[in-house]
Order: sequence, then structure tokens, then C-alpha cells
Amino acid sequence: MSTLALKKRPPVRPARVLLHTFLVVTSLAWLAPLLWAVYAALRPYSETSNKGYVSWPDKLNFDNFTNAFEQSDMMHYFGNTLLIAVPAVLVTLLLSSMVAFYVSRFDFRLNMFLLLVFTAGNLLPQQVIITPLYRLYLLIDLPGITTSGKLYDSALGLVLIHVAFQSGFCAFVLSNYMRMLPHELTEAALVDGASVWRMYWQIVLPLCKPAMAALATLLSIWIYNDFFWAIVLISTGENMPITSALNNLSGQYFTDPNLVAAGALLTAIPTLIVYFVLQRQFVSGLTLGANKG
Amino acid sequence: MSTDTDMKSPEAAAVPPPGPAQEKKRVPKGHKRLLTRRDRIALAFMAGVPTVLHVALVWVTALASIALAFTTWDGIGFDTIKWVGLDNFRQLFTDNPQFWPAVQHNIIWFVVLILIPTPFGLFLAVQLDKKIRFSRVYQTAFFLPVVVSLAVTGFVWQLVYNPDTGLINSLIGANKPGHYIDWIGDPHLNLWAVLIAASWRHAGYMMILYLAGLKGVDPSLREASSLDGANEWQTFKNVVFPTLRPTNTVVLVVTIIEALRAFDLVFVFNKGAQGTELLSILITNNIIGESSRIGYGSAIAVVLLVISLAVIIPYLIATFRKERQA
Repeated sequence: MSTLALKKRPPVRPARVLLHTFLVVTSLAWLAPLLWAVYAALRPYSETSNKGYVSWPDKLNFDNFTNAFEQSDMMHYFGNTLLIAVPAVLVTLLLSSMVAFYVSRFDFRLNMFLLLVFTAGNLLPQQVIITPLYRLYLLIDLPGITTSGKLYDSALGLVLIHVAFQSGFCAFVLSNYMRMLPHELTEAALVDGASVWRMYWQIVLPLCKPAMAALATLLSIWIYNDFFWAIVLISTGENMPITSALNNLSGQYFTDPNLVAAGALLTAIPTLIVYFVLQRQFVSGLTLGANKG
Repeated sequence: MSTDTDMKSPEAAAVPPPGPAQEKKRVPKGHKRLLTRRDRIALAFMAGVPTVLHVALVWVTALASIALAFTTWDGIGFDTIKWVGLDNFRQLFTDNPQFWPAVQHNIIWFVVLILIPTPFGLFLAVQLDKKIRFSRVYQTAFFLPVVVSLAVTGFVWQLVYNPDTGLINSLIGANKPGHYIDWIGDPHLNLWAVLIAASWRHAGYMMILYLAGLKGVDPSLREASSLDGANEWQTFKNVVFPTLRPTNTVVLVVTIIEALRAFDLVFVFNKGAQGTELLSILITNNIIGESSRIGYGSAIAVVLLVISLAVIIPYLIATFRKERQA
């Protein structure tokens, strides 16, 4: 019976046709808001203000995109984001892998508690800590180190809070991952006289590459997408990363809905590229530590 | 607490394999006894630096929120901090016209997310788990809103909701003067408008979590059920759904946290004006708004903190206990 089923392609069942119809319609509906933004961004403002937004296009071009990009000096804000996100992702991965290494390889009794503290901290709503954090950032003077002379209104300040906040999640995921590695590995190294640091850097860390790649993808997108920290902890519009700058730019430069659409889509492009290229890493990272809020 | 049985800890690897040997006295601290002084310093550094950073910026500030909630402070100099006991809370619970609406909106946010996009995400996951063609294409479409930032999501949905130029009003002819439906400004409508955008995102997120959960369901269970003559719905209800319990817990916690964290979308939409007040917005307005009322803002933060910890701590304790037993 099974050979028969293998040879003959199963007939197209009406249930499957129905299912595909449903899925095609729903996924198009899901994409509709984004496609609508793309459509608006591709049309000249003069045309849409004459004919209305729901109308057939006479002209489609990328003018809104180039205008939005140039008028608002978007490049500058992408640069700000890069300056924040790259160090934040790297330092988060470094610090959280160190904690995870400690927690998973050395049972110092405190380890469960430590992990609990990290994970719970990451699940807190950001607004719970923002008032004292804001005050703290204003209090810390860093003359000569940041342009603002304080932790407030500086890229350094944002990097620190991203690292502190996200390392909770990463430490949790990585410690689970490291616990799966055979203990003989580090045991043997230790007996051979390898230092703890070498054990971490040369033995454990290289084995965690898949988890690190997944987390790096996830963190890049999260930090890129962060809106809240920068809205509160950055006061100079010029210093904002792109996602938070969007709010100011939309009032100042994006004077019509077509430009707003173009600006918003341009902001989304880097995340979309990362997502399409590294989809597997992203999804596996998300489900690896599914307790993420 | 029997760490001896925890085979996953490196310490356990140092002792002989389990079984009769377990009765023996525990070898003192597996790895630890081989450590040199330098190793101990390295370890202290490796665990210490991240912990200090995390605790200082997350937990000390959370505790400071609690302390400040019982004071008034204008933020200028420490000597202006004044202890006022429960005044901030009293004022918050009785005098603030925005507080109870905000609590109500946070609750509505959670109820809507758990009742509509969450089951829908589960439904999509079940359909996409059926080994159908183009499954990945569909998944990508549904998951796209999760990847895009909430700020961008806010702007994109404004193009849909704008009373003059938006998609909805243009389609239904409500963009002419006198017929306006103000999706963003009308306090009876705006919360629901924002919630549609939030649900749009949440469904994809839940779909991915459930897809991962469904991969863990033993296929032979399903087969057995259908051989017993159960139809698709019966199999799902009696066999698949019960085995998804761990995923359901995660989904519940994630949804509660999302409802408590809700901020970006509303801030982009209308800055939390009338109709869309949320606890997170009230706290933020006390910092970046004109009135910098630190003690008062902290009191709201404490409310948010208490609700969050009431969810987070039992969940994590249960998770960690299970891990220990595993």
C-alpha cells in the first residue's frame, strides 16, 4: 500500500485548495499595509493630492525615496545607529557568554540565582527603570569622553543600557546551550592545565557559534528597532539613532504622507535585509529562548 | 535542593556516573578544586563585570524607582528629595484622571492580544505545519510585521488610518469634510485602531512560537489519533493542544509582558493622548513632558513593576525548577 502511495502523486484534495486560497488571501491582507506604504511612496505627491490616494497611478518613481533620504540627511542617522548597535551587539555577546560560561561550567551554588536575576531583569518593562536611569545618566559626568560631557545624550549611554538589558536574555540562552556541551571537554582541558580563560575562549566559545550567530541576528534587529531608550535618553535630535529619529524627521522633513511612507520604508530596509538573509538564525534565536518578551 | 542528581552540571561530570555511586559522599566542587589563583580571578572578572553592569543599570534603578515613589523630588540636587510616604500613591489612585483609564487600557491590550491574534497565530501555525507547499513563503509574510520596528509600524498604519489621505477613509468615502472618521484622534476609536496594528504584529510572533512548539509534537501521537477515527479538530483538541502546554505558558507570559510594555506604537500614533493612555506612557510623560515629577512618575513605575514581577517570578521559578529536574 505504501509503495502505491509513493508512486502515485496524491490527488489534489479540495481541502488543500481551500487552505491555499485562504493562506494566499490572508498573507496578502497581512502585507497590505506595507504594500500600501510602498505604493504611496512610489507616487508623486502632486498626483495623489489631485486624484486621491486610492486611484490608478500615472507616474511611479523613486523620487520620494531619494528626497526623503537626502533632505533629512538620513545617512547621518544610519551612522548613529551603526555606532550604537555594533558595539552593543558585540559587548552583549561577550559579557553574556562569559556569565553563561561561569554559570554553566562552575556550580558555585549562586548560579541559578544569578541566572534568575539576569532573566527576570530582561523581562521587566523598560519604563519601570527609566525614571531613575534618566536621573543617573544626568548625574554621571564624563567630560571629554562623550560630546555631551555626560552619560545622558551620548551613544555610550545607549550602548550601556542595551548591553545591560539584553545580556539577561543572552545569558539565559547561552547558558542553556553551554550546558548541552559535553563536560569532558572542559574537564580534560582543566586537567591538562589550561587556564579558565583559554577554556572559555578556545574551547567553549567556538562551539557556541550557532547560538551566537542566532543571538547576533536577533540583537542587531532589536537594537536597531529600539525606539524607547533613545527617545528618553537622547535629547539632541542630531544624536538619535534612525528608528527614534524618524519621529522628529516626520515632523520636520517628511511634509507629506508620501514622504513619510518613503522615510519609514527606508528605515525598515536594513532590518528586512538582515531578516531575509538570516531568516533561519533569526527564527531559531527567537524560539531558542522563547521566554523573550 | 539536590544538585547531585543534576547531570547537566559540570560538577556532576566530575563525580562518577550516577547509579550506586550516587550514595557516595560528594567530591568537593568538581572544576573548582583544580583552579589556580589566576583562574579564580579570571572567573570573578567574567561573572562580576556583566553582573555589576546588569544589576546597577536594571535592578538598582528598579529599586530606586520604589524608593523614589515615596518621595517628591524636582531632580535638582539631592537635598530637595522629600519623604512623603504614600502621598504619591494616594494621589495616583484618587486624583489622577489618566491613571485608571491607563490601567484599563493595559488590561484591554492584554485581553485583545490573547483572545484574537494569539489563537489566530496558533491557527496559522497548525495550518502551516501540515507539510504544505510554500509554507515558508506564507510564514515570511505573516512574520514580516514582527521584524519591522514598532515605530515604522506606527507610521505605516498611520497611512492606513489618516482621516484625509488614509486607505480606510478613502475606500469608504469618509475622507470628505463632515463624514470624517478620525481613527487616530477620536478617543472612542483610537485604542482599537492601535490594537489592530498591535494584533497584526502579535499574530506573526505567536505563529512562530507555536510552529516551534508543534515541531515538538510526536507525529505518531497524531497518527494514532487519526487511526482511532478522530477527525482533525478532535485530534487537535485532544492530542495536539494538550502537548503544547509548555508553549502555551511561554505565549501567555510573552503576551502579558507585551501588554505591559506597549509604548512605541501609541507614542508614534498620538503620544498617548486621550483614549490611548497607558501606564508606560504616563511614566514617560513624567520625564520628558513639561512637568518633571520624579516621585509621582516612580509611583506609576512601581505599579507596573509589581504587576510585572507577579508574572515574571512565578514563571521563571517554574521554568528553572523544571530545568533542574530535566
